[in-house]
Amino acid sequence: MSAPNMLIDAAIFTPLIAVVGILAFARMPNLREAVSILAGLALLLINIELYNSFNEGQSLTRHWVDIVPGLSLSFRIDALGMLFSLVASVLWPVTTLYAIGYMRGHKEDNQTRFYVCFAVAIAAVMAIAYAENLFTLFVFYEVLSLCTYPLVTHAGTEKAKQGGRIYLGILMGTSVAFFLPAIIVTWLVAGTLDFQAGGVFPEQTGIALLSVLLVLYVFGVAKAAVMPFHRWLPAAMVAPTPVSALLHAVAVVKAGVFSLVKILVFIFGLDTLQQIPATDYLLYLAGAGVVLASLVALRQDNLKARLAYSTVSQLGYITVGALLAVESGVVGSAMHIATHAVGKITLFFCAGAILVASHKSNISEMAGLGRRMPITMIAFFIASLSIIGLPPTAGTWSKWWLLTATLETDQLVLMAVLLLSSLLNIAYLLPIPLRAFFPSEPQTDGPIAIKEAPTASLIALCITAGACILLFFFPNPLFELVSQIFTEGSQ
Amino acid sequence: MLSHLPVLQVILPLLGAPACLILGRGKLAWLFALLISALSFCIAAMLLHTVYHQGVISYALGGWQAPWGIEYRIDLLNAWLLLIVSGSSTVALLAAQSSIDVEIAPEKQTIFFVAWLLCLAGLLGILATGDAFNVFVFLEVSSLSTYTLISLGPKRESLWAAFRYLIMGTIGATFILIGIGLMYIMTGTLNMQDLAQRLPLASDSSTVFTAYAFIIVGISLKLALFPLHLWLPNAYTHAPSIVTTFLAASATKVALYLMIRFTYTVFPSHFSQIDIPLEEIFIVLGITGVISASIAAIYQADVKRAIAYSSVAQVGYMVVGLGIGGVLGLQATLLHVFNHALMKATLFMALAAIACRIGVTTLTSMQGLGRKMPWTSFGFVVGGLSIIGVPLTAGFISKWYLVSAAALSDRWLLVLLIMIGSLLAIVYIWRVVEALYFKPAADSTPLKEAPLAMLLALWLLVFGNIYFGIDTRLPVSISAEAAIALQEGRP
Repeated sequence: MSAPNMLIDAAIFTPLIAVVGILAFARMPNLREAVSILAGLALLLINIELYNSFNEGQSLTRHWVDIVPGLSLSFRIDALGMLFSLVASVLWPVTTLYAIGYMRGHKEDNQTRFYVCFAVAIAAVMAIAYAENLFTLFVFYEVLSLCTYPLVTHAGTEKAKQGGRIYLGILMGTSVAFFLPAIIVTWLVAGTLDFQAGGVFPEQTGIALLSVLLVLYVFGVAKAAVMPFHRWLPAAMVAPTPVSALLHAVAVVKAGVFSLVKILVFIFGLDTLQQIPATDYLLYLAGAGVVLASLVALRQDNLKARLAYSTVSQLGYITVGALLAVESGVVGSAMHIATHAVGKITLFFCAGAILVASHKSNISEMAGLGRRMPITMIAFFIASLSIIGLPPTAGTWSKWWLLTATLETDQLVLMAVLLLSSLLNIAYLLPIPLRAFFPSEPQTDGPIAIKEAPTASLIALCITAGACILLFFFPNPLFELVSQIFTEGSQ
Repeated sequence: MLSHLPVLQVILPLLGAPACLILGRGKLAWLFALLISALSFCIAAMLLHTVYHQGVISYALGGWQAPWGIEYRIDLLNAWLLLIVSGSSTVALLAAQSSIDVEIAPEKQTIFFVAWLLCLAGLLGILATGDAFNVFVFLEVSSLSTYTLISLGPKRESLWAAFRYLIMGTIGATFILIGIGLMYIMTGTLNMQDLAQRLPLASDSSTVFTAYAFIIVGISLKLALFPLHLWLPNAYTHAPSIVTTFLAASATKVALYLMIRFTYTVFPSHFSQIDIPLEEIFIVLGITGVISASIAAIYQADVKRAIAYSSVAQVGYMVVGLGIGGVLGLQATLLHVFNHALMKATLFMALAAIACRIGVTTLTSMQGLGRKMPWTSFGFVVGGLSIIGVPLTAGFISKWYLVSAAALSDRWLLVLLIMIGSLLAIVYIWRVVEALYFKPAADSTPLKEAPLAMLLALWLLVFGNIYFGIDTRLPVSISAEAAIALQEGRP
């Protein structure tokens, strides 16, 4: 076994080793957070090393154990997985930095449990990203659901528990009721669960069966938040903001769309997908979800709720891109996984910063806040542009590819839907920073002097906002990685 | 010496029982019983090893050859069951002293161990013997001692539960005896191999037909197959905690063994396939049992009772596998026999540990125990995950095989219902998890963690649940070989 293959183990176990360190230093907060940050940086280095090996064309695989003959826990790095793991591992240390400021500024309880669950979630994300087969992916998909539950219910209030119940109920329920049966049927029909270029189903598989399977997968992977199984995401917003930021804008939801893209491309295969009539219906359903979620977002006054519905809508873009079943669509989807991640995490960071600094969570109270928290609000503005898809921000590129794909497949309705949703994005995102800087009525100084958020949090949100702009000017590494999704599979 | 292993397997605990009485009260009786049980386990392991490598062992009791003498016949099926029963007895006995110190008065403790060894001898006897009448004798030995064990429970209800079980159990045993008698009338033999050869000759007669019906119904009663399960929740709830642990892991399994033995080895196969639609009956009753008992489990206030209902549901799964038939269906059943013994013993062991510290096992009394008894609580959670069938636990393996068997025989409705059964399991397990970890404790009095012996036994089982969920070579290969042998050996 060569060294790069061992790195796969290292990537999965680094966060778990961090868990031990976090528990050991439970009573020394500074050391405890230092462990988290160091583990984050180590994981980032490991992933960069993996990325280099991957670019050299090495085949990176790791086989753990055969559970039942043919059903194994094993890992193999491909372009899509590399992208996802890089996104998660870049954002983990940044979020930890942010969390230190937030959790202390907010004086949260049970911080050790918080950091432990967080690290376990990252380990699960790594394993999902590298999964070689559907079984491995499913196992860690469930681990991710379970270990994020304590994070959702962190506050311990009745509302938090209610949210947690919806969260786990929908995620576990759909995965057992739809996802697992779909996997079992796939196993029985195809005889394998390995992700393969061009799909695994034999030629003679019935269209009806494939349609049923496709529907089961799309709804079963509820982490992708395809309507009507999106309710868990707004419910999860009771969690502390760092959780909402990394997990419910990046890790968990992206694990969902990542799984979905992986299934669509490597279990079904684009050619098969084009022949299934159900694809079209699901495409329209996802398209409807994009617009509906945007409309709902427009009506939310709670900032985090608005961002949550915005996430539901943006995840819809990724689903649509994959369901279009053309390469440009998948490329757009994959790029959107990355660009939406940096954009949305910035927005959540800002929301949390506002909460810590001013104790405000409703948008209507935020007018005029710009003068007191200029850095936060500028970052919010940049990230908003990225979500909308305007230059000079990263979101431009992914939306560009997605629109190209709709043109390529003559789905003009969908193109209109995506454009309409972008307009709605403008309507629900931009007013927030604009009113913050240019309030319609002059603000009187309140009794509490509001300052910027804790420094650690500020640094974090500046990094991610900077990344939004950076990825606009230097999208090439990202694009090169993404375009290997298909070339590498055909080798 | 080695050639006498089949009879030693039964004689050892049978002679150990009176010896235990002589040893008198106190720890000595416990240590002796533990030693006997552990020796039985070693013998079972040696037998399994021998059978696996050298084939069926036939042992003539007292040197009298069958069909005149009594034959002990060990094939893979009963060697496998012998291992499960003696293993669960040993693990349960390990924790027994700590548990009964709280629940049973000192002067009754010796009787307790005597009854335990007799029960063990009875169960092992049923498994080892190749003689139909001998089965009845050992059935009575185990039943009578089981009634004694249950009536030793701490509350007055135990007497009532034991009495109900006595009535139902006696009816069941009588039915079996009538069936055996009728077979003897028609064939003049009691040896199972002999019966298998002679019964097809007389299979037109309504006497044999009646014998068949009596035996199936009688065994179903002992098996607690829906709708003949009503004795089980009471018996399990009110028995001493550690007795429940042992019985849940062994007694129903032995009844299931009898069902397999009679339907596969003794009676001609066309009985269950043509004359009586037994396969369909098994599937319908089994899955109805799964669903109804799981729903009943959700509404129980006493966790021990809920888990007892879960046992009825799990028996349902095993019978479903039997109904599906074929090598795969049988294999699913045999796997579940083993895996269910593991997970049910884990759950009841955790409950025994809780009962040992707080005296009751109601849901409300268990609130907040996650912090007070972390090791016990976590053990319960692992057992619960296994019951649900989460991947990487033993429960997943049996579900996987069962669903595969159902799907390959094109019973898609059954697949769906099995999945619903899993979902219901999530609900009744989750109620407990929520009480353990997410509800505030009723009072803040500190509790000690369970006694070391109980924790040791519990964690042995927890380890088993996880180990056999990952490295499945042993149970899968043995159950596969046993299923093939049964299928081929069908007269």
